[in-house]
Amino acid sequence: MTTPTLRSGERRIARRKATPPRIAVSRAVLELKSYFRERDSVIFSFLFPIIMLGLFSVVFGGGEDTFSDAPGGGIDFARYFLPGMLASGIMLVSFQTLAISLAIEREDGTLKRLRGTPMPPVAYFLGKVGMILVVGLSQIALLLAVAALAFGVEPPTEPAKWLTFAWCYVLGTAGGTVLGIAYSSVPRSAKSASAVVVGPLIVLQFISGVFFVFNDLPSWLQNIASVFPLKWLAQGMRSVFLPDRFEQVEVSGSWQHGQTVLILSLWLIVGLVICVRRFRWQRRDDG
Amino acid sequence: MTTTTAIRVRGLRKAYAGVTAVDGLDLDVAHGEVFALLGPNGAGKTTTVEILEGYRRRDVGEVSVLGADPARPDAGWRARIGIVLQSSGGHDELSVGELVHHFAGYYPDARDPDEVIASVGLDEKRGTRARHLSGGQRRRLDVALGILGNPALLFLDEPTTGFDPEARREFWALISSLADGGTTIILTTHYLDEAEHLADRVGVITAGRVVALDTPDRLGGRDQDRAVVRWIDDGRPHTEHTSEPTALIARLAQRLGGEVPGLTVSRPTLEDVYLRLIGEPATPTTSIETLEPAP
Repeated sequence: MTTPTLRSGERRIARRKATPPRIAVSRAVLELKSYFRERDSVIFSFLFPIIMLGLFSVVFGGGEDTFSDAPGGGIDFARYFLPGMLASGIMLVSFQTLAISLAIEREDGTLKRLRGTPMPPVAYFLGKVGMILVVGLSQIALLLAVAALAFGVEPPTEPAKWLTFAWCYVLGTAGGTVLGIAYSSVPRSAKSASAVVVGPLIVLQFISGVFFVFNDLPSWLQNIASVFPLKWLAQGMRSVFLPDRFEQVEVSGSWQHGQTVLILSLWLIVGLVICVRRFRWQRRDDG
Repeated sequence: MTTTTAIRVRGLRKAYAGVTAVDGLDLDVAHGEVFALLGPNGAGKTTTVEILEGYRRRDVGEVSVLGADPARPDAGWRARIGIVLQSSGGHDELSVGELVHHFAGYYPDARDPDEVIASVGLDEKRGTRARHLSGGQRRRLDVALGILGNPALLFLDEPTTGFDPEARREFWALISSLADGGTTIILTTHYLDEAEHLADRVGVITAGRVVALDTPDRLGGRDQDRAVVRWIDDGRPHTEHTSEPTALIARLAQRLGGEVPGLTVSRPTLEDVYLRLIGEPATPTTSIETLEPAP
């Protein structure tokens, strides 16, 4: 160990100005490094949707097509199930990852330390968004690749469908991100975070047409699910990945793109407002 | 924003759910000063320091830190202060080098990250993830991140807890070199030798108020206290408390004809004075009131 000597301003590196966009990019890189180094959690969150897709295809597929009474015939269950899995994956990556990781960062003092530096808060949030966008897109790419190779689900070719996919992805991820940040204050401690975050999300997946065909749910459950963003995200993804004729099979008989944009945007705005007003850099019992 | 004092506090009060933590505290810290805040747990040290750092809101009182109100901190102000919190954690999966280089990007006037890593003795741990650092190494990483922005004012909240004696000495040398460079330092500590070694002035807080404030060698009238002279005569130990130790020793030397066997002269330690100030029973060394008759 060297004898410590350090004088104020003795030797400094001429560095580029610390602007919020530069810091945001630097934060995103740091977040991605941290995320991908938690190898166990990465493997499970990347494998989970793939395993679920495989499992449900085997259990419910059984050679018989889903919606065999649909005009023009039914489709393979894997193909029906894929959009729901994509929607669910987006919510898991954005909402679940952030709600849990922020609860931990608040408890272990990461946030408090950052608050004591001149780091602009917006750079912190943008860094999280950047991390979520990269992780989300890589999970979706992997899921689509597995669906195509193992289950023969062809991705759509029309640009219009991919445009729908793009706004669904962006609105869903952005909403999930801000809601995850807002929700991270709900768990009382980092220990309880997983249970408090994952529980409601599983219920939401069951009633939003992810694990079951949405049409099969009783209408009161459909109504409850329609309040939350996941149902709309799943529906938007179905409009991308199912044949056009399946629009008639939807409960409303339409893909309801207008309503989907409206409701996902409303959740995004609600989440943003809560984040800006209620975000805490310290534990409840600390300041 | 130039002011004569780095920190100025008047009548600071803060209560949590009706329980008073800080009760009318006044404090001035000059630019370039190393100031140690001592006090038992629950005396209001951390509350006070965290109000100065901008983490907590005060109920009443005037507070000025580097010429600004810490209750309304902006990025420019945060860039001029460095904070080493009492508890450290987080960023587990990132290496020392990655973290220090990353945090340097937050500051307009950052020190050279590699030089900072070397100065806290973490050169060999540059590639080690925070998760794998020992408690003392982790603390040094905290200090590195605290001094990285080349702060005018540095807060150190119990910085050497968990250090071994050698690491503590090295840390002291680092803090002294920062102080020599003109950094104002606010230190809270439970180690009185640390305060004595580093601080220009010491403030003792109990029950949310400053009860004593002076240089370490004068705190609580320490320099006015009577010296304790011990020696051995006729094979028996003798102890005398006196305000004129030199005269006593001269008399002893004359009577015993030269060297006084077993001679020691001591003043109350900072710890003795501190314990007296916070109302704890003093240690046995100063409670000896059984004076041997003077020859």
